[in-house]
Parts: sequence; structure tokens; C-alpha cells
Amino acid sequence: MWDYSDTVKEHFFSPRNAGAVADANAVGDVGSLSCGDALRLTLKVDPATETILEAGFQTFGCGSAIASSSALTEIIKGMTLDDALKVTNQDIADYLDGLPPEKMHCSVMGREALQAAIANYRGEVWKDDHEEGALICKCFAVDTVLIEDTIRANALSTVEEVTNYTKAGGGCSACHEGIEEILTRVLAEQGKTFDPTAAPPPPAGQPKLGTLARIRRIETAIEAIRPNLQRDHGDVELVDVDGKNVYVNMTGACAGCQMASTTLEGIQQRIVEDLGEFVRVLPAGKGQGPRAEGRGAPA
Amino acid sequence: MSSEANAPAPGIYLDNNATTMVDPVVVEAMLPYFTQQFGNPSSLHQFGDRVGRAIKTARQQVQALLGAELDSEIVFTSCGTESDSTAILSALKAQPERKEIITTVVEHPAILSLCEHLEKDGYKVHYLKVDKKGRLDMQQYMDLLSEKVAIVSVMWANNETGTLFPVEEMAELARSAGVMFHTDAVQAVGKVPIDLKHTAIDMLSLSGHKLHAPKGVGVLYLRRGTRFRPLLRGGHQERGRRAGTENSASIVALGKACELALAHIDEEKTQVRMLRDRLEKGILATVPSCFVTGDPTNRLPNTCNIAFEYIEGEAILLLLNKLGIAASSGSACTSGSLEPSHVMRAMDIPFTAAHGTTRFSLSRYNTAEEIDRVIAAVPPIVAQLRKLSPYWDAAANAPVTEPELAFQPAYA
Repeated sequence: MWDYSDTVKEHFFSPRNAGAVADANAVGDVGSLSCGDALRLTLKVDPATETILEAGFQTFGCGSAIASSSALTEIIKGMTLDDALKVTNQDIADYLDGLPPEKMHCSVMGREALQAAIANYRGEVWKDDHEEGALICKCFAVDTVLIEDTIRANALSTVEEVTNYTKAGGGCSACHEGIEEILTRVLAEQGKTFDPTAAPPPPAGQPKLGTLARIRRIETAIEAIRPNLQRDHGDVELVDVDGKNVYVNMTGACAGCQMASTTLEGIQQRIVEDLGEFVRVLPAGKGQGPRAEGRGAPA
Repeated sequence: MSSEANAPAPGIYLDNNATTMVDPVVVEAMLPYFTQQFGNPSSLHQFGDRVGRAIKTARQQVQALLGAELDSEIVFTSCGTESDSTAILSALKAQPERKEIITTVVEHPAILSLCEHLEKDGYKVHYLKVDKKGRLDMQQYMDLLSEKVAIVSVMWANNETGTLFPVEEMAELARSAGVMFHTDAVQAVGKVPIDLKHTAIDMLSLSGHKLHAPKGVGVLYLRRGTRFRPLLRGGHQERGRRAGTENSASIVALGKACELALAHIDEEKTQVRMLRDRLEKGILATVPSCFVTGDPTNRLPNTCNIAFEYIEGEAILLLLNKLGIAASSGSACTSGSLEPSHVMRAMDIPFTAAHGTTRFSLSRYNTAEEIDRVIAAVPPIVAQLRKLSPYWDAAANAPVTEPELAFQPAYA
């Protein structure tokens, strides 16, 4: 069973504003029957102030769809239409103390119903700009549509690239096969063949840096991190760069801090991102021998 | 009713097609095999020998329930899925010249996902369709049987609707066409009588936890003389057909569970069936706009799958769960997928009903009193959710006129 928050459960078991508003002057019908979630939102809007006086929902859907609908009506009651349009699906999810990643689309449906109802009140035609596909990466809640679009827009060809651009596949690895299938499909559309053994091409527009430029970029990355450390009365300085190893000195409160290795990992990640290549950040030790006691980071 | 189910679990458990309680007698039988009888059955000494003998007994107990001719036809595995994979991959490996598989659209994912994967490797898979009641078209089946087919794999009973497939007849047809036949009988074993020695079935999968044995143990029945390639290679266990040290405690448990299932098999078609029918009639009589899915005249005696129209299954389950009642649903939301159950879609059940399908699956441990409590609990739950449904007219207590037209949400 899903890991629903107590607030989700509470709104499901005792939904607020259930049923249609009797003399509604705004109606929004959204959802997808094939997915099993559909929602009709009815509003009574005060024409003078454009304030939502009453909101009611009718939902065909699961526990979190009903809870999201209930939360939506609670959030928007008393709001002006303009303010209501600023409500995001994340606001709905936050109101419910979060939703499982597979269920975030329930909150999206709530926001869309609201947009549709307001468009209906204003005599506009609401057009759905949202497309949703099957959830591929459960670790980072990435669906097929996002992956397909990202592959097309950025001409990606490997799972590693998809992970770099969308995060999909960066967690438990369960979806790598699914990502490969999407790559196969999208590349086939472009007349190309997916090659699972291909190495990711070097990032475009990033020619290999010279030694000096490379060290400068590492320095810049470290400079960018320093204010964060200084806030906690710590600091870090670059000591040496030796191939893939970047040696730093942790000073101030960072020296001897139990979180030092976590901080080093954070610095390393930042440098790796800025540099576009893998480096290992190590504390500069006595004699400065590499102290990579099997930190096991992937090269 | 079997009263040996001493301390009943709190709540009412009607999800026995998902898994079952391990019978206390079974637990008692297996416990010594953790501490006193811990030997490796392959060992020569007395510690191993005693376990080896217990496994032999278990093999015979399984053989008896399946009506297999020989106990050597029983291969212990880790689960139903492993048995299914072993059967299909073995048939492909042993007959490399045959590149086709026949199965059905309503199989369990243990078969369907494997077949979809094999399609990517170049195998041709034929998926037999079903009609609105979940029945197969035997003519379509006969037309597909050929010397190109490596294996037919058809479930004995559907896990969602309980609908039974004519596997004995289909196995005969396969044999006369010279094609191997496998059945995933995970839902059927222990619920309907099986007598394999009088069938043409070559391979059969069963899973312990569906018949009151623990999880983590299964069986592949392998008819003597069937060409075979193991899935796991290694030691000589199971005559080299399934390497890996035996899960001896669970094997002993499965043997005991099979013995009990055989002793109680008549109860399935009498008491269990009577309770199931009572539940179904009770619900159909009091809840408007609902219907039984599958083939009610030809199904497992313990299974009842009802589609409650215009509401969604996960919501039903959550409200049932609040009352301590456990069931399951074919809705998309319960699985986190974007589509309702493939079984309901295959039977062409409309979306407004498929999402509301609720499966009640009984066991010999359920009581009439429990069933009556469920009959009383369901109507208010359905009514409560319909009050929220855009397809339902609460005042008239009926669907709105032309529901599919009255509510047409944007973006489908």
C-alpha cells in the first residue's frame, strides 16, 4: 500500500467540499479515464471582486486524487481568481504533507481543474499543455514524456546522458532497461540505432581544458563554495591538483569536523559538475600521498 | 470450516489469491528444520540424511496433490516465477530451431514480462485473445499450433477473475501437434482437483504461499521425458535440474501444505464456494451498478471479482481496509501504473468499471460471519465514493444520464 501522509488519509476519509456547488458559475472537467483519475471542479465566483466564494469537487479516482481535490478546494476558497491561478501542484502536495512520486499527477490534475474552471468562468478555452507518461524512474519521479523530450531536444544517445540531463536512472538502476528502450525508440525515429556500448560523447562546446585553465576552473568552483563553509565558520583552500586528484585543506571549523568527508563529497560533486570530468577531492595530508582509501567513487 | 486456524489474524482476510496464511500445522512441521534438522541434505552424515528423507516425503506429498506419476517429476524451486521462467527458457534452449511461443493476453506478469522480453531477442510470441467473459478462442489456438512453436504456456486459472482455462484439452491439442505445454497453475493448485498423470501437460508451476505454505518456495512439475535445460547450474540438487542448496524447511512446509490441501480439496467446492456465492449474491443484491467479471460459470471456487462502476478501486480498498477488510483491485492506482489491469482491458471492460474492479478471494479459513460483515460493509463504502463521483447522481442514487457524455474531462 502507498505511504500516504496522515493529512492525505484525513482528507480522503473526510473530504472537504465534496459535491457540486449548487449555483456554480465556473466548471472545470479534467483528468484521464484510462488512468482512472478525473475531476470536476465547480466554483461560485463573486463577479464584483472575482473572489472564489465556494468550491466543490466531484472526483473519480484513488485516495490521493480525492485528497488532492479536497485540499485544492480548501486552498482556493476565499482567493481571487488571479491569486488562485498562482496555486501550483506543489502547493497542493505541500498542503497534504507530500504525495508519493507516483501520485504527484493527482496534484497536477487539481491545478489543471482550477485553470480549466477559471478559463470557463472567463469564457476562455482552456488548453491542456501538460502531457504525462508512465513513470520510469521512481527514485527521481521522471516519466517517459520528459525523457523522450529531453532526448530529442538535446540529441542524447546514452543512458548516462539521460541520467545527467534528467536524473532518471541515477538512483537504484532499476530503470536503465526502460531508459534504453526509450532511447531505442526515439533514436529509431531519427533513423539512428541505439548502441548500448557507446561511451557518452564529450560534452559539446567543451574542448579539453589545458592544465592552467583546468586548475583555474577548479579554483573558481572552490571559491563558489567557500561562502557556504565560512557561514559555518569553516573554510577550504586548494593545495594541489595532480591528475584526477584534487588536494584541499579544510580549515577553521571544517578541520576535524565529523562531517568533513560529506563536505568533501559536496565539493567534489561541484567541481565535477563545473569541470565536466571526474575528479577526486582529497584532504591534503602530510607528504600529500594520495589517501584514496577505496572511496569507491566511479571513475 | 477448519477450526485448527487457532489464533485468527485481526481483520477479515479476503485476499488469498495474493497470498495465504501459513497453516499453523505447516509451521509446526517446518520449525524443526531450522534448529534440530539443519543438515545439508547432500551430506552423507546423519544430519544431512534426515533432511534428505524429509525432502523425499515432501516430494511425495506434492506428487500426491498434483497426481503426478513419479515423485522425480517434482522439482523444487524458489517461487512460481522461477518455475515459469525455467519452463519457458528451458523449452527455448532445448529446441533452438523453434522460435515461437503461444500464450494468452491475460497471463500473470511472470509470463507476460518474460515473453515481452523474449520478443526483443527475436522470438515470436502469439498472445491468445479472450472474449468479454475472459474465455479463449480455441480455433485461434489450433490455428497457431505448428512445428515452429517451442512451447505453449497458458494459466490454469486467472488470478484476477478466477476464470479457468481448458488447459487439459489445450495440452492434448499441443501434444498432437508435437508442441510442449506448460501451465502456470499457481492459482489453481489446492483449489481445484488436479491429476497430471492423466493429462498431456508437460510442465506446471506452483507456488507455496498460495496454498498456506510459506513464501519463497515453489515447484516446477516436469513430466518424465520432457526435454529440459536448467535455469540455475551448479550443484547436483534436484538431479541437476535446479542447482542450489535446498530450502529444506520451506520444502518440508510445502509438502505438509500439499497434504492438507489434498485433505481439504472437497471443502473448496463446497464450503468455500458456498461462502463466495453468498458474498457475491449479497453484494449484487444491495449495490446498484455492479457486475461480476470473468466467467461466473467456470471459475475458481474461492474467487469473486466485482466491478463497481463509476468509482475507483484504490479508494474502495482504503475504505475497506479502514474496517479491517483486505481485498485487492485491478485499478491503475493500486499498482502505480497508468492503465487498469490488463486482464480487465483484455475483456473489454470499460474504464469506468475496470478501475472499480475489486477482487475478493477466500480460503478455507474464512467464516460465514466474516462474509456477512463484508456484505454489510460494502454498500455504504460504494455509496460514499459515488457521492463524490462526477458520474453519479446522488439524489437519484443512479448513474447520471448517459454518464460518458455528461462528464467528458479534457485530456484523456
